[in-house]
Amino acid sequence: MWHDAALVAGKDLRIEMRSRVALWQVVPFAVLVLLLLSFAIGPSASPLRHAAPGIFWIAVLFSTVLAVQRSVSIESGDGTRDGLRLSGIDPAGIFLGKAAAIALQLAVLQVVLWAGVTFLFDVRVHSVWLAVTASLLATVGLACAGVLYGALSAGLRVRDTLLPLLVLPVLAPILLAGTKAWQAAVSTNANGGAGWLRILIPFAVIYLVVGIALYGPLQEAA
Amino acid sequence: MNAVTPSARPRWLDIVGLLGVIAMGFTVWLGLWITPPDVVQGNLARMLYIHPPIATVALYWAGGVALAGSLLYLWPRTRSLFWDRLAASAVEVGAVFAALTLVTGSLWGRPAWGTWWTWDARLTSTALLLLLELGYLALRRVPTDPDKRARRSAVAAILVAIDVPIVHFSVNWWQTLHQTGSIVDAGFQIKDVHGSMAWTFFLGFLAFTLLFVWLLGVRYRIETVQDQVGELELEVSLSERWSEGGELVGAGTPGIPTAPRGSS
Repeated sequence: MWHDAALVAGKDLRIEMRSRVALWQVVPFAVLVLLLLSFAIGPSASPLRHAAPGIFWIAVLFSTVLAVQRSVSIESGDGTRDGLRLSGIDPAGIFLGKAAAIALQLAVLQVVLWAGVTFLFDVRVHSVWLAVTASLLATVGLACAGVLYGALSAGLRVRDTLLPLLVLPVLAPILLAGTKAWQAAVSTNANGGAGWLRILIPFAVIYLVVGIALYGPLQEAA
Repeated sequence: MNAVTPSARPRWLDIVGLLGVIAMGFTVWLGLWITPPDVVQGNLARMLYIHPPIATVALYWAGGVALAGSLLYLWPRTRSLFWDRLAASAVEVGAVFAALTLVTGSLWGRPAWGTWWTWDARLTSTALLLLLELGYLALRRVPTDPDKRARRSAVAAILVAIDVPIVHFSVNWWQTLHQTGSIVDAGFQIKDVHGSMAWTFFLGFLAFTLLFVWLLGVRYRIETVQDQVGELELEVSLSERWSEGGELVGAGTPGIPTAPRGSS
């Protein structure tokens, strides 16, 4: 399973290295969301600084939808999905591989967004460990839930409009917990933040386990 | 071509519906006229005869049937479209009850809490449940092959069901505004409700449970008939294509038989 996962993740990342879709479309989109929300809230500095964690996570969430759509669409042409299914690769391995590829892209994206938030809103993260832990846990959850819902909508003609409706309510707990953890991390008093990790941890674990268990049946429905 | 002749509505469904109407009538009568106002809440407490039952149906009955149906469909030994249709019906009825839960809770919350809506853990997770159920229904409406649709739907329903325990435990985990369970507390100990109020409360549960079973049965039948209609439409259009082809061929070269109807 792990070997298969590494193969699939390597394939997805290699496609990304060559096509640069995430780099030239998803990352600029995330920065755009950052700017648009600042237009809606700004321009005075205090409300922007207060809203910065929320803006950050909204940008991450929307970008996740794009990243998942991209991840599904690279399997959609030329009978790729059938090829993958016939290759004998463990479905759980495919799930883990695709999730790992998305997680890596999201992690890079968050570094960019972190820089953007620091630069645009003058927000300083005081407890770095809390912000990083929250981001890593959230990334695992986002990637697993995203890949699962991507597979759910794969092969449907209405995939592009259906996926956001399906996946965004599911990701809402991450938006909530991620934002709260980050609010604590940027404030001088990070005490309340660790409690929100207790939402992010089960979220990541549940979608990881459910994904490994259900990706097989889903693949046959595509 | 035969007209659609669905099997007759089963008799037990009519009986359940009738019992539901009777129980609902008694609940209304007891709840509005017979029971006294509550010591603390006054007449507001009457909402408790319907809000917890509706929420119970939305969460446990609908969620339970949807989860069980989906798991039984995915399990190869019990795979049958019966479970798929049952689960789908449960989610749809559950969505209606989840919406009703939010509406009745909101009507109660305005005088009791002073607001229609608050970002309380249970309210928020219930609203999320409704959105997840709407997503499931949107997924289900996408036309594809019934078996593929069933498989996708089953996975989606299991994912929706993850929210059910969150709604259940939300009042104990976060302790925001919404009170904890009405009948059982966190340790599943039965709480005290007395006299006519207890009876009305109990009857409310019975009435809404019967209503749920009835709606589930009716919705299941519609689901079955819809699938039958889909198959018939396919058959009709196939045989029309065949006969068109047959006429074209037959006009040029007499004697070539037309293809049999309904073959594919």
